[in-house]
Amino acid sequence: MPTYYDTEVTSRLMLGTAQYPSPAILAEAFKRSGAGIATVSVRREAGGERAGQAFWDMIGDLGVHVLPNTAGCHSVREAVTTAQMARELFDTNWVKLEVIGHADTLQPDPFGLVEAARILTDDGFQVFPYCTEDLVLCERLVEAGCRVLMPWGAPIGTGLGLNNIYGLRSLRAHFPDLPLVIDAGLGVPSQAAHAMELGYDAVLLNTAVAKAGDPAAMAEGFARALEAGRLGYEADPMEPRDMAAPSTPVLGRAFT
Amino acid sequence: MKITVNGTAQETAAETLDALLIEQGYGEAKVATAVNETFVPAALRPEQRLNEGDRVEIVAPRQGG
Repeated sequence: MPTYYDTEVTSRLMLGTAQYPSPAILAEAFKRSGAGIATVSVRREAGGERAGQAFWDMIGDLGVHVLPNTAGCHSVREAVTTAQMARELFDTNWVKLEVIGHADTLQPDPFGLVEAARILTDDGFQVFPYCTEDLVLCERLVEAGCRVLMPWGAPIGTGLGLNNIYGLRSLRAHFPDLPLVIDAGLGVPSQAAHAMELGYDAVLLNTAVAKAGDPAAMAEGFARALEAGRLGYEADPMEPRDMAAPSTPVLGRAFT
Repeated sequence: MKITVNGTAQETAAETLDALLIEQGYGEAKVATAVNETFVPAALRPEQRLNEGDRVEIVAPRQGG
Protein backbone atom coordinates (compact mmCIF):
# COMPACT_ATOMS: atom_id res chain seq x y z
CA MET A 1 0.00 0.00 0.00
CA PRO A 2 1.22 3.53 -0.65
CA THR A 3 3.34 5.39 1.88
CA TYR A 4 3.26 9.17 1.91
CA TYR A 5 5.97 10.89 3.93
CA ASP A 6 6.47 7.81 6.14
CA THR A 7 2.74 7.30 6.68
CA GLU A 8 1.38 4.10 5.17
CA VAL A 9 -2.23 4.30 4.05
CA THR A 10 -4.34 1.17 3.74
CA SER A 11 -6.12 2.21 0.54
CA ARG A 12 -5.24 3.38 -2.94
CA LEU A 13 -8.20 5.73 -2.96
CA MET A 14 -8.20 9.35 -1.85
CA LEU A 15 -11.71 10.78 -1.82
CA GLY A 16 -12.88 14.35 -1.89
CA THR A 17 -15.61 15.52 0.47
CA ALA A 18 -17.39 18.12 -1.71
CA GLN A 19 -20.60 18.09 -3.75
CA TYR A 20 -22.32 15.06 -2.15
CA PRO A 21 -26.12 15.08 -1.91
CA SER A 22 -25.87 14.77 1.89
CA PRO A 23 -23.36 14.13 4.70
CA ALA A 24 -24.85 10.67 5.17
CA ILE A 25 -24.15 9.76 1.54
CA LEU A 26 -20.62 11.12 1.88
CA ALA A 27 -20.05 8.90 4.90
CA GLU A 28 -21.50 5.90 3.07
CA ALA A 29 -19.17 6.51 0.11
CA PHE A 30 -16.18 6.41 2.43
CA LYS A 31 -17.45 3.32 4.18
CA ARG A 32 -18.14 1.32 1.03
CA SER A 33 -14.92 2.33 -0.73
CA GLY A 34 -12.56 2.07 2.23
CA ALA A 35 -10.89 5.30 1.09
CA GLY A 36 -7.96 6.10 3.36
CA ILE A 37 -7.59 9.82 2.83
CA ALA A 38 -10.20 12.60 2.71
CA THR A 39 -9.43 15.88 1.01
CA VAL A 40 -10.84 19.00 2.65
CA SER A 41 -10.57 22.75 2.29
CA VAL A 42 -10.88 26.00 4.20
CA ARG A 43 -13.47 28.62 3.32
CA ARG A 44 -14.75 31.87 4.77
CA GLU A 45 -16.99 31.55 7.81
CA ALA A 46 -19.32 34.17 9.27
CA GLY A 47 -19.49 34.91 12.99
CA GLY A 48 -21.91 32.56 14.73
CA GLU A 49 -22.09 30.25 11.70
CA ARG A 50 -20.16 27.34 13.29
CA ALA A 51 -20.34 25.27 10.08
CA GLY A 52 -16.64 24.52 10.31
CA GLN A 53 -16.96 22.77 13.64
CA ALA A 54 -19.81 20.60 12.37
CA PHE A 55 -17.84 19.61 9.28
CA TRP A 56 -14.74 18.93 11.36
CA ASP A 57 -16.73 16.62 13.65
CA MET A 58 -18.15 14.74 10.68
CA ILE A 59 -14.71 14.22 9.13
CA GLY A 60 -13.39 13.01 12.47
CA ASP A 61 -16.08 10.32 12.50
CA LEU A 62 -14.82 8.95 9.16
CA GLY A 63 -11.60 7.79 10.82
CA VAL A 64 -9.39 8.60 7.82
CA HIS A 65 -6.33 10.74 7.16
CA VAL A 66 -7.14 14.32 6.25
CA LEU A 67 -5.47 16.10 3.34
CA PRO A 68 -6.29 19.85 3.23
CA ASN A 69 -6.11 21.55 -0.15
CA THR A 70 -5.41 25.05 -1.38
CA ALA A 71 -8.12 24.82 -4.04
CA GLY A 72 -8.90 28.00 -5.90
CA CYS A 73 -5.64 29.74 -5.08
CA HIS A 74 -4.16 31.54 -8.08
CA SER A 75 -1.03 32.99 -6.48
CA VAL A 76 1.85 31.68 -4.40
CA ARG A 77 0.92 34.06 -1.60
CA GLU A 78 -2.68 32.88 -1.46
CA ALA A 79 -1.65 29.23 -1.56
CA VAL A 80 0.97 29.56 1.17
CA THR A 81 -1.34 31.49 3.50
CA THR A 82 -4.20 29.07 2.84
CA ALA A 83 -1.90 26.13 3.62
CA GLN A 84 -0.84 27.76 6.87
CA MET A 85 -4.44 28.36 7.91
CA ALA A 86 -5.34 24.78 6.99
CA ARG A 87 -2.45 23.39 9.02
CA GLU A 88 -3.74 25.14 12.12
CA LEU A 89 -7.33 24.04 11.53
CA PHE A 90 -6.70 20.42 10.58
CA ASP A 91 -3.59 19.84 12.69
CA THR A 92 -1.59 18.20 9.91
CA ASN A 93 1.55 19.04 7.96
CA TRP A 94 0.06 17.50 4.84
CA VAL A 95 -1.18 19.85 2.15
CA LYS A 96 -2.54 19.20 -1.32
CA LEU A 97 -0.97 22.17 -3.02
CA GLU A 98 -2.96 23.76 -5.82
CA VAL A 99 -1.75 26.90 -7.55
CA ILE A 100 -4.14 27.39 -10.44
CA GLY A 101 -2.75 29.01 -13.55
CA HIS A 102 -5.64 28.98 -15.99
CA ALA A 103 -9.26 29.76 -15.25
CA ASP A 104 -10.83 27.58 -17.97
CA THR A 105 -8.80 24.41 -17.56
CA LEU A 106 -7.89 24.86 -13.87
CA GLN A 107 -4.44 23.86 -15.09
CA PRO A 108 -1.69 24.19 -12.45
CA ASP A 109 0.66 27.17 -12.68
CA PRO A 110 3.93 25.22 -12.78
CA PHE A 111 6.11 28.19 -11.87
CA GLY A 112 4.02 29.24 -8.89
CA LEU A 113 3.61 25.61 -7.86
CA VAL A 114 7.36 25.03 -7.54
CA GLU A 115 7.86 28.30 -5.67
CA ALA A 116 5.03 27.56 -3.23
CA ALA A 117 6.21 23.97 -2.75
CA ARG A 118 9.67 25.21 -1.79
CA ILE A 119 8.31 27.77 0.68
CA LEU A 120 5.96 25.27 2.30
CA THR A 121 8.56 22.49 2.50
CA ASP A 122 10.96 24.90 4.20
CA ASP A 123 8.13 25.72 6.63
CA GLY A 124 7.74 22.08 7.62
CA PHE A 125 4.88 21.08 5.33
CA GLN A 126 4.66 17.75 3.55
CA VAL A 127 3.49 18.81 0.14
CA PHE A 128 1.24 16.82 -2.23
CA PRO A 129 1.44 18.96 -5.38
CA TYR A 130 -1.41 18.96 -7.89
CA CYS A 131 0.66 19.09 -11.07
CA THR A 132 0.73 18.11 -14.70
CA GLU A 133 2.66 15.11 -16.01
CA ASP A 134 5.47 17.35 -17.29
CA LEU A 135 8.76 15.64 -16.42
CA VAL A 136 10.74 18.82 -15.89
CA LEU A 137 8.09 20.31 -13.63
CA CYS A 138 8.01 17.10 -11.62
CA GLU A 139 11.78 17.09 -11.27
CA ARG A 140 11.65 20.66 -9.97
CA LEU A 141 8.94 19.70 -7.49
CA VAL A 142 11.08 16.86 -6.18
CA GLU A 143 14.03 19.22 -5.91
CA ALA A 144 11.76 21.55 -3.93
CA GLY A 145 11.17 18.75 -1.43
CA CYS A 146 8.03 16.98 -2.67
CA ARG A 147 8.04 13.24 -1.93
CA VAL A 148 4.80 12.51 -3.73
CA LEU A 149 3.50 13.81 -7.05
CA MET A 150 -0.13 14.17 -8.08
CA PRO A 151 -0.44 14.69 -11.83
CA TRP A 152 -3.84 15.31 -13.37
CA GLY A 153 -5.45 12.71 -15.57
CA ALA A 154 -7.58 15.43 -17.16
CA PRO A 155 -8.84 18.83 -16.01
CA ILE A 156 -10.67 18.88 -12.67
CA GLY A 157 -14.28 17.80 -12.86
CA THR A 158 -14.25 16.72 -16.51
CA GLY A 159 -14.36 12.94 -16.15
CA LEU A 160 -12.28 12.60 -19.31
CA GLY A 161 -9.89 10.06 -17.80
CA LEU A 162 -6.20 9.74 -18.61
CA ASN A 163 -5.52 12.25 -21.37
CA ASN A 164 -1.82 11.62 -21.84
CA ILE A 165 -0.98 7.96 -21.39
CA TYR A 166 2.50 8.38 -22.83
CA GLY A 167 3.29 11.24 -20.45
CA LEU A 168 1.98 9.33 -17.44
CA ARG A 169 3.99 6.23 -18.43
CA SER A 170 7.11 8.36 -18.80
CA LEU A 171 6.57 9.91 -15.40
CA ARG A 172 6.18 6.47 -13.79
CA ALA A 173 9.36 5.26 -15.48
CA HIS A 174 11.23 8.41 -14.48
CA PHE A 175 10.25 8.20 -10.80
CA PRO A 176 10.03 4.46 -10.09
CA ASP A 177 10.14 4.83 -6.30
CA LEU A 178 8.08 7.96 -5.70
CA PRO A 179 4.38 7.69 -4.82
CA LEU A 180 2.43 8.89 -7.86
CA VAL A 181 -1.25 9.72 -7.58
CA ILE A 182 -3.64 10.57 -10.41
CA ASP A 183 -5.39 13.66 -9.14
CA ALA A 184 -8.37 14.93 -11.07
CA GLY A 185 -10.18 14.15 -14.28
CA LEU A 186 -11.36 10.59 -13.71
CA GLY A 187 -14.99 9.77 -14.41
CA VAL A 188 -15.49 6.00 -14.34
CA PRO A 189 -13.81 3.04 -12.59
CA SER A 190 -12.13 1.64 -15.71
CA GLN A 191 -9.98 4.78 -15.85
CA ALA A 192 -8.81 4.15 -12.30
CA ALA A 193 -7.98 0.55 -13.21
CA HIS A 194 -5.96 1.86 -16.14
CA ALA A 195 -4.03 4.17 -13.80
CA MET A 196 -3.19 1.17 -11.65
CA GLU A 197 -2.10 -0.84 -14.71
CA LEU A 198 0.32 2.00 -15.52
CA GLY A 199 1.86 1.44 -12.09
CA TYR A 200 0.37 4.45 -10.35
CA ASP A 201 0.06 4.18 -6.60
CA ALA A 202 -3.34 5.79 -6.01
CA VAL A 203 -6.03 8.03 -7.42
CA LEU A 204 -7.84 11.01 -5.99
CA LEU A 205 -11.52 11.40 -6.87
CA ASN A 206 -14.29 13.76 -6.00
CA THR A 207 -16.71 14.73 -8.75
CA ALA A 208 -16.84 11.22 -10.28
CA VAL A 209 -18.19 9.86 -7.02
CA ALA A 210 -20.14 12.80 -5.62
CA LYS A 211 -21.99 13.52 -8.86
CA ALA A 212 -22.81 9.90 -9.68
CA GLY A 213 -26.46 8.89 -9.38
CA ASP A 214 -25.46 6.59 -6.53
CA PRO A 215 -22.26 8.01 -5.02
CA ALA A 216 -21.66 5.20 -2.54
CA ALA A 217 -21.98 2.52 -5.22
CA MET A 218 -19.65 4.46 -7.51
CA ALA A 219 -17.10 4.81 -4.71
CA GLU A 220 -17.16 1.06 -4.20
CA GLY A 221 -16.89 0.53 -7.95
CA PHE A 222 -13.75 2.64 -8.04
CA ALA A 223 -12.31 0.78 -5.05
CA ARG A 224 -12.80 -2.55 -6.81
CA ALA A 225 -11.34 -1.19 -10.05
CA LEU A 226 -8.26 -0.03 -8.16
CA GLU A 227 -7.83 -3.47 -6.68
CA ALA A 228 -8.29 -5.16 -10.06
CA GLY A 229 -5.92 -2.80 -11.85
CA ARG A 230 -3.25 -3.11 -9.21
CA LEU A 231 -3.45 -6.91 -9.25
CA GLY A 232 -3.04 -6.81 -13.01
CA TYR A 233 -0.02 -4.55 -12.73
CA GLU A 234 1.64 -6.74 -10.13
CA ALA A 235 0.90 -9.87 -12.15
CA ASP A 236 3.24 -8.73 -14.96
CA PRO A 237 0.93 -8.46 -17.98
CA MET A 238 1.70 -10.02 -21.35
CA GLU A 239 3.17 -7.86 -24.10
CA PRO A 240 0.63 -6.72 -26.71
CA ARG A 241 1.36 -7.77 -30.30
CA ASP A 242 -0.03 -6.89 -33.68
CA MET A 243 -0.39 -10.37 -35.20
CA ALA A 244 -2.83 -12.99 -33.96
CA ALA A 245 -1.42 -16.01 -32.17
CA PRO A 246 -3.69 -19.02 -31.50
CA SER A 247 -4.19 -19.82 -27.87
CA THR A 248 -5.65 -23.28 -28.54
CA PRO A 249 -2.97 -25.86 -29.49
CA VAL A 250 -2.48 -26.16 -33.23
CA LEU A 251 -1.09 -29.68 -32.94
CA GLY A 252 -3.75 -32.38 -33.16
CA ARG A 253 -6.39 -30.27 -34.87
CA ALA A 254 -8.89 -32.41 -36.83
CA PHE A 255 -9.04 -32.33 -40.64
CA THR A 256 -5.30 -31.66 -41.03
CA MET B 1 -12.09 52.16 11.83
CA LYS B 2 -12.95 50.72 8.45
CA ILE B 3 -11.61 47.28 7.60
CA THR B 4 -12.58 44.45 5.29
CA VAL B 5 -13.66 41.12 6.80
CA ASN B 6 -14.04 38.20 4.43
CA GLY B 7 -14.40 40.56 1.52
CA THR B 8 -17.02 42.82 3.10
CA ALA B 9 -16.22 46.38 4.21
CA GLN B 10 -17.06 46.89 7.87
CA GLU B 11 -16.77 49.40 10.68
CA THR B 12 -15.19 48.04 13.85
CA ALA B 13 -14.23 49.27 17.29
CA ALA B 14 -11.89 46.30 17.79
CA GLU B 15 -8.22 47.21 18.07
CA THR B 16 -6.88 43.66 17.82
CA LEU B 17 -7.72 40.60 15.77
CA ASP B 18 -8.68 38.75 18.93
CA ALA B 19 -11.14 41.53 19.85
CA LEU B 20 -12.58 41.51 16.32
CA LEU B 21 -13.38 37.80 16.56
CA ILE B 22 -15.19 38.36 19.86
CA GLU B 23 -17.01 41.43 18.51
CA GLN B 24 -18.25 39.51 15.48
CA GLY B 25 -19.48 36.47 17.39
CA TYR B 26 -16.83 33.91 16.55
CA GLY B 27 -16.24 33.06 20.22
CA GLU B 28 -14.64 29.62 20.42
CA ALA B 29 -15.38 28.79 16.77
CA LYS B 30 -12.86 26.62 14.93
CA VAL B 31 -11.43 29.28 12.61
CA ALA B 32 -8.07 30.34 11.23
CA THR B 33 -7.10 33.90 10.38
CA ALA B 34 -5.03 36.01 8.05
CA VAL B 35 -4.49 39.77 7.85
CA ASN B 36 -3.51 41.30 4.53
CA GLU B 37 -2.86 37.80 3.15
CA THR B 38 -0.44 36.92 5.97
CA PHE B 39 -1.35 34.05 8.27
CA VAL B 40 -1.90 35.01 11.92
CA PRO B 41 -1.72 31.99 14.25
CA ALA B 42 -4.40 31.76 16.92
CA ALA B 43 -1.87 32.40 19.70
CA LEU B 44 -0.83 35.72 18.13
CA ARG B 45 -4.32 37.17 17.60
CA PRO B 46 -4.27 39.21 20.85
CA GLU B 47 -1.06 40.91 19.66
CA GLN B 48 -2.24 41.47 16.10
CA ARG B 49 -3.27 45.13 16.02
CA LEU B 50 -5.75 46.19 13.35
CA ASN B 51 -5.22 49.22 11.16
CA GLU B 52 -7.46 51.22 8.84
CA GLY B 53 -7.97 49.35 5.59
CA ASP B 54 -6.77 45.96 6.83
CA ARG B 55 -8.11 42.95 4.97
CA VAL B 56 -9.01 40.19 7.41
CA GLU B 57 -9.79 36.63 6.38
CA ILE B 58 -11.55 34.26 8.80
CA VAL B 59 -11.88 30.69 7.52
CA ALA B 60 -13.07 27.34 8.83
CA PRO B 61 -12.93 23.69 7.73
CA ARG B 62 -15.05 22.92 4.67
CA GLN B 63 -15.66 20.25 2.06
CA GLY B 64 -12.96 20.01 -0.58
CA GLY B 65 -11.73 17.96 -3.49
